[in-house]
Amino acid sequence: MAADIGALDTFPKLLLHHAKVRGARPAIREKDRGIWQTWTWTQLADEVRVLACGFADQGLKRGDHMALVGDNRPRIYAAMCAAQCLGAVPVPLYQDAVAAEMAFPIQNAEIALAVVEDQEQVDKLLEILPQCPTLKHIYYDNPRGLRHYAQPQLASYDRLREIGSEAAKRDPGFLEREIEKGAGDDPAAMFFTSGTTATPKGVVLTHHALIDRARAAAEMEGLTDRDVVIAYLPPAWIGQNIFSYAQPFATGYCICCPESAETLMTDMREIGPSYYFAPPRVLEALLTQVSIRMEDAGRFKRALYRHFMDVARRVGGAILDRKPVGMAQRLHYALGDLLVYGPLRNVLGMSRVRVAYTAGEAIGPDLFRFYRSIGINLKQLYGSTETSVFVCVQPNGQVKADTVGPAVRGVELKFTPQRELLIRSPGLFREYYKNPQATEQAKDAEGWFHTGDAGYLDADGHLKIIDRVKDVGRLDDRTLFAPKYLENKLKFFPYIKEAVAFGHARDRVCAFINIDMEAVGNWAEKRKLAYTGYVDLASRKEVRDLITQCVEQVNADLAADPELAGSQIHRFLLLHKELDADDGELTRTRKVRRGYIAERYASLVEALYAGKESVHVEAQVRYEDGRTGQISADLSICDARSFPPAAAREAA
Amino acid sequence: MTETEARAQRIGAPVLAVEEVSLTFGGVRALTEVSFDVREHEVRAIIGPNGAGKSSMLNVLNGFYQPQHGIIRFRGREFRGMKPHVAATMGIGRTFQNIALFRGMTVLDNIMVGRNLKMRGNLLQEAFWLPAARREEIEHRRAVEEIIDFLEIQHIRRTPVGQLPYGLQKRVELARALAMEPSVLLLDEPMAGMNLEEKQDMCRFVLDVNDHYGTTIVLIEHDMGVVMDISDRVVVLDYGSKIADGTPDQVRSDQAVIDAYLGVAH
Repeated sequence: MAADIGALDTFPKLLLHHAKVRGARPAIREKDRGIWQTWTWTQLADEVRVLACGFADQGLKRGDHMALVGDNRPRIYAAMCAAQCLGAVPVPLYQDAVAAEMAFPIQNAEIALAVVEDQEQVDKLLEILPQCPTLKHIYYDNPRGLRHYAQPQLASYDRLREIGSEAAKRDPGFLEREIEKGAGDDPAAMFFTSGTTATPKGVVLTHHALIDRARAAAEMEGLTDRDVVIAYLPPAWIGQNIFSYAQPFATGYCICCPESAETLMTDMREIGPSYYFAPPRVLEALLTQVSIRMEDAGRFKRALYRHFMDVARRVGGAILDRKPVGMAQRLHYALGDLLVYGPLRNVLGMSRVRVAYTAGEAIGPDLFRFYRSIGINLKQLYGSTETSVFVCVQPNGQVKADTVGPAVRGVELKFTPQRELLIRSPGLFREYYKNPQATEQAKDAEGWFHTGDAGYLDADGHLKIIDRVKDVGRLDDRTLFAPKYLENKLKFFPYIKEAVAFGHARDRVCAFINIDMEAVGNWAEKRKLAYTGYVDLASRKEVRDLITQCVEQVNADLAADPELAGSQIHRFLLLHKELDADDGELTRTRKVRRGYIAERYASLVEALYAGKESVHVEAQVRYEDGRTGQISADLSICDARSFPPAAAREAA
Repeated sequence: MTETEARAQRIGAPVLAVEEVSLTFGGVRALTEVSFDVREHEVRAIIGPNGAGKSSMLNVLNGFYQPQHGIIRFRGREFRGMKPHVAATMGIGRTFQNIALFRGMTVLDNIMVGRNLKMRGNLLQEAFWLPAARREEIEHRRAVEEIIDFLEIQHIRRTPVGQLPYGLQKRVELARALAMEPSVLLLDEPMAGMNLEEKQDMCRFVLDVNDHYGTTIVLIEHDMGVVMDISDRVVVLDYGSKIADGTPDQVRSDQAVIDAYLGVAH
């Protein structure tokens, strides 16, 4: 398991290496006062030296923890490396967390020293100071608004540099000696899991784990020191940290910090990153922007766009995957590239993107294919904080919308009978900090990490994640039933806003569906279909037919998958009201509360399974002003065709 | 040392003194024998109900109106027959109640206009883009970028002002006023027409400007709540006369002020 990563086994050693080998190449760029400022690897190494000496002078020792709170800024990353030089463990915290959320990590890791970005973060730390007696030093990068703060714990980053410069003069060889003491198995960083369900856990990752995974993925994608990444997601999130710290240190490429969140698009266009990461929600927002602007364009441009997007949909993905495509179609696509796709990539700031990843949640196939069809090599990956991200990545040319690709070099996968995915990899975390019980639960004696995700490998060895293990059920004939997978598939249709699938311990799968008022409303208006409101619209036969088509398409997709063919949706109904967090049907983050809904609408569920044609419902709803009212309606139950499992695939 | 003590220490001697100023338009008395002073580095507010003479007062300070009676002293110098452009060269900057920006120009260009008084190049240098002009342009651009960064408007640098929402336009106007590096800044209702969040942002920027650049600030507002939080001292006008002058706490409990704002049975 211990893959050899050579003599450069810690991040500080890699830093010195880059300063020597490519000292004049850019390491970090930051847009400041409208101009891109470059830090070369030599400059970064010099900065880290001064900071490390400063930290040592302020009492930071091997094994101590240090908090980092801020956006992507060169100084935050320099501080991260400086702590590692001394054998201390940086703990990046989310810069948008509220003060109370920061208290636990600081207490848990007994943090004495913090480097923060600005007044906002200083205020938060000062607020929790009474609960965090260990916190003795807070260094801030941006002094704005802090002039009159007189707390003894506070000092500016520049003051820290002064202390460091003096200390470095006294003992010039100090840093090299400290760096030499470091080893690959030392902890490199600690990331706190978000902790929406329980108290957060500090995931301890070693230099070895992070460097090994960073290199494995870099080799797979052929990353070099000429690549450029734009860093715009929180550095406390492992994904951003991998792309803007571990991988640049592993390969020597340059990261760019945008001026502010609002200028990201402009900054990205100026930089032209070659390697890019975006969660599905960001990709979706970009596509929406493009669509809106196209709606506003002139008639000719709109027609041009529609025509060539159609061409792209048909052949774009295949061309990107280097699959055989006819000469005429290739030429047609090339023309489209000249007129539409190229300019579009340019507007998105993705002209030079060689590799783009998305992960974090399920991505809709249409959204995914849109980016691929216009020539952006968007791929999915699977990983988590505990695995130093890279577990599975879609290789070039083998990209399927519904899998996350085969295991990356060095990763072993296996499944429990409940289909829980287990992972063994050199990138696994060492432990949850001060939480041996949780560590034991998550990582067994043989070193397998229990992900809590349910999935399986498809015929090509690609991993397909279907749901959380605790949500996966079985039909009464033992057929696999993954409700969230089905619900997601339904929700990828613009007409469907929410879906709730039932089937555990039943003979077949049935579903509740909420139509998307806006999308279906537009659809109805175009067909001159008059309606008064949600209840009326949802009860229209035309709308039922529209949704039936969507469900049947999902069924056809499912039929193609031998594992899931048995969980096709047989019957469904359109709910008379929108599921709402105020009524307790959704969580505040808009996840359906399946159990509660099944209970509340038990009569509807029974009607679905009893084979009734329609059901009468009376329900109490809570209005936004707190009043309650009654809705009553007759809901028709629809049957959807199901398909026999695809024979073709089994024959192959 | 607490924050307020640190602030109090910075506030220095009076820089601007208004002595018994009266202003009339025909038969209308806009200001009647108003006297007050403004100290170095302080945030000084002039408040009052609508039509109390606040804007007139500001226009007098700015040299836009000539008072019929009374004296205004700026840094010990008495000025009479003051003109706005002279006030500007003396270091008095201002913003307007009804935004007065060039709507078709970008934010950056609008703020650059504020550097006008600082530009030293001649027509020849500028026309032929000689090295001296180029150096000067870079220097001004740097100063402007500092302000853009300070007021957090990087994302609209290239946006024409006319396309911006009201709250941002107000911020751009503040930026332009700052670009001339004034020692005294007159703000005419900087929070008017803003929602609560925009007001809070604006308050923070006004305090930051005062703190960071040491600019003395004279601001007019009719929204008392906002002003009381950020001002060191407040003058209250009503029907053109001064009815109160003091710290926010003193002014708030002054019976004449309460009457003026809430109305009183006569």
